[in-house]
Amino acid sequence: MVSEVKIVSGRAVPLIGDDIDTDRIIPARYLKAVTFDGLGEGVFIDDRKALNGEHPFDQPQYQGATVLVVNRNFGCGSSREHAPQALAKWGIRALIGESFAEIFFGNCVAMGIPCVTADAANVKQLQELITANSQADVTVNLETLQVQSGNFSTPVTIGEGTRSTFIAGTWDACGQLVANTDQIRVTAAKLPYVGWGNLAAS
Amino acid sequence: MSKGTLFDKVWDLHTVGTLPSGLTQLFIGLHLIHEVTSPQAFAMLRERGLKVLFPERTVATVDHIVPTDNQARPFIDSLAEEMIEALEQNCQENGITFYNIGSGSQGIVHVIAPELGLTQPGLTIACGDSHTSSHGAFGAIAFGIGTSQVRDVLASQTLALTKLKVRKIEVNGILNPGVYAKDVILHLIRTLGVKGGVGYAYEFAGTTFLAMNMEERMTVCNMAIEGGARCGYVNPDQITYEYLKGRDFAPKDADWDKAVAWWESLKSNADAEYDDVVVFNAADIPPTVTWGITPGQGIGINQFVPKPEELAEEDRFVAEEAYRYMDLFPGQPIKGTKIDVCFIGSCTNGRISDLREAAKIAQGRHVAEGVKAFVVPGSERVKKAAEAEGLDKIFQAAGFEWREPGCSMCLAMNPDKLQGRQISASSSNRNFKGRQGSSSGRTLLMSPAMVATAAIKGEVSDVRELL
Ligand code: SF4
Repeated sequence: MVSEVKIVSGRAVPLIGDDIDTDRIIPARYLKAVTFDGLGEGVFIDDRKALNGEHPFDQPQYQGATVLVVNRNFGCGSSREHAPQALAKWGIRALIGESFAEIFFGNCVAMGIPCVTADAANVKQLQELITANSQADVTVNLETLQVQSGNFSTPVTIGEGTRSTFIAGTWDACGQLVANTDQIRVTAAKLPYVGWGNLAAS
Repeated sequence: MSKGTLFDKVWDLHTVGTLPSGLTQLFIGLHLIHEVTSPQAFAMLRERGLKVLFPERTVATVDHIVPTDNQARPFIDSLAEEMIEALEQNCQENGITFYNIGSGSQGIVHVIAPELGLTQPGLTIACGDSHTSSHGAFGAIAFGIGTSQVRDVLASQTLALTKLKVRKIEVNGILNPGVYAKDVILHLIRTLGVKGGVGYAYEFAGTTFLAMNMEERMTVCNMAIEGGARCGYVNPDQITYEYLKGRDFAPKDADWDKAVAWWESLKSNADAEYDDVVVFNAADIPPTVTWGITPGQGIGINQFVPKPEELAEEDRFVAEEAYRYMDLFPGQPIKGTKIDVCFIGSCTNGRISDLREAAKIAQGRHVAEGVKAFVVPGSERVKKAAEAEGLDKIFQAAGFEWREPGCSMCLAMNPDKLQGRQISASSSNRNFKGRQGSSSGRTLLMSPAMVATAAIKGEVSDVRELL
């Protein structure tokens, strides 16, 4: 379950707006399931209905896009991993934005989807470029920390630890965490509360 | 870089090591799970052939999907039934303690863990739910995680994390009558912004928080996440210890004294260093109501929906979206806004002290005609305690419905939902578009006493008129 994520390239979809929360990305009624299957059709469903075909996720020119370009505090609110799962099922492989809510960011990392940030002016310019030419490829390069599309390029940022997990293909932390089981038991044994009360570790 | 804060101390004590990526591997002292974000995690474990490493450090309950009227099994909603069955089976197969409906201790996960004494100072606590920040009220480092991370905790009892910065938020002084913990946190979010806390843990300090009881502190920490902070905490003190003593999972006898000594040692040092400090005056905080579609869009009860030119430029875009969605216009008073539904409950304000404050307002009065008002206790224990005090009778006599415990209309993954464009006064924590079950439904957040006031008056009103 390890794969390197160094460059994501493809057509992009701009989604303009600040503080877009995970309830909007995938409404709670789609969470009533024991698997992540079938989330793709629910992505932004209420916003899409309200906009009657005019939502970028419905507009024909953006179908098949893999890079999502958003604004400030994207993915705030509920911790539901269903949100990035729904975006991924729609086809998104990378996000560029002014800023991301932390839990959302972590969920994306756990799925191998990088979220990079750029300053507001550059994000806006990129959104305008895509709007003007929806067929242009946008490239997110985690090795050079640049986003490029045609003549446009902008530096982007992502936490160094997270970046290195993408480059090395170790963004799925589970295996590494489990591999340290002996050390985990040592740390646990030193915590005084592990011996108190009937939640005590055996 | 912060130094000497409770956050630093707890972080260091729980650090297993540094991963090759530079991320910290952090031990999780208590893992809470519920039916919505855990089934996929158990499926991932099975796919990888992994086992639950510390089953005794995970505790489960069911809250989001439970109906609050008819709880007979199987649930009428077959999808909800499938979810509860999955949880029952996963807990049974993995030896995980599960507080199911009828156990006497079921309820919203963030209500029951403190009630049971599972939530204690100095713990790291994770749960696949963003309002896990609530548990920070005890001086725990508690934060929400996604489903892949639920898998990681099940498999290893650890998470790969980047350390947060620490911002001290000091509020000093005495709150005015009619101003509650909910107003304090709504005021802080309104001032610091919904993304102001990204990258930070919030330490709530100052005489105002020290004077709060545990349930009030939980209300504040609960909504730290709405200000962008993944966790918020209050240093433990005598009030914390008194709340905990004697609870089911609290340390007993000789362990208790050792525990108190350890907890005391974890408090932020007097000379601790913070990445940021902000100071507020309690007297400046009014009863606060949200008017928009983010918890940061709040105003004092006697203020007006802000005009775009009164807002920072970066907040205008969302404001425009909010005027349209809420059907409120700039410059309009929020007081007097007609209300269709009144909801008292949730992990923010569904505890016994919340119900008491609301009942004080409801006592001897009646819900306005045409308003649907209902009270949903946060847990089976809250319900029992409220009934022992006769609060159910007070609410029912006033025309409120009295329900079974659950998340209810906080997020409407159960039969409790707004219909169409209905507008609700709600004691919960999120006023996002569509949050309460209707894609055009509208939510005004406020304290439980203010919700009760809105129910009685049929419109957004100043709780101080009914005190
Ligand atoms: S009451 Fe609301 S916020 Fe709290 S856990 Fe339930 S759904 Fe989430």
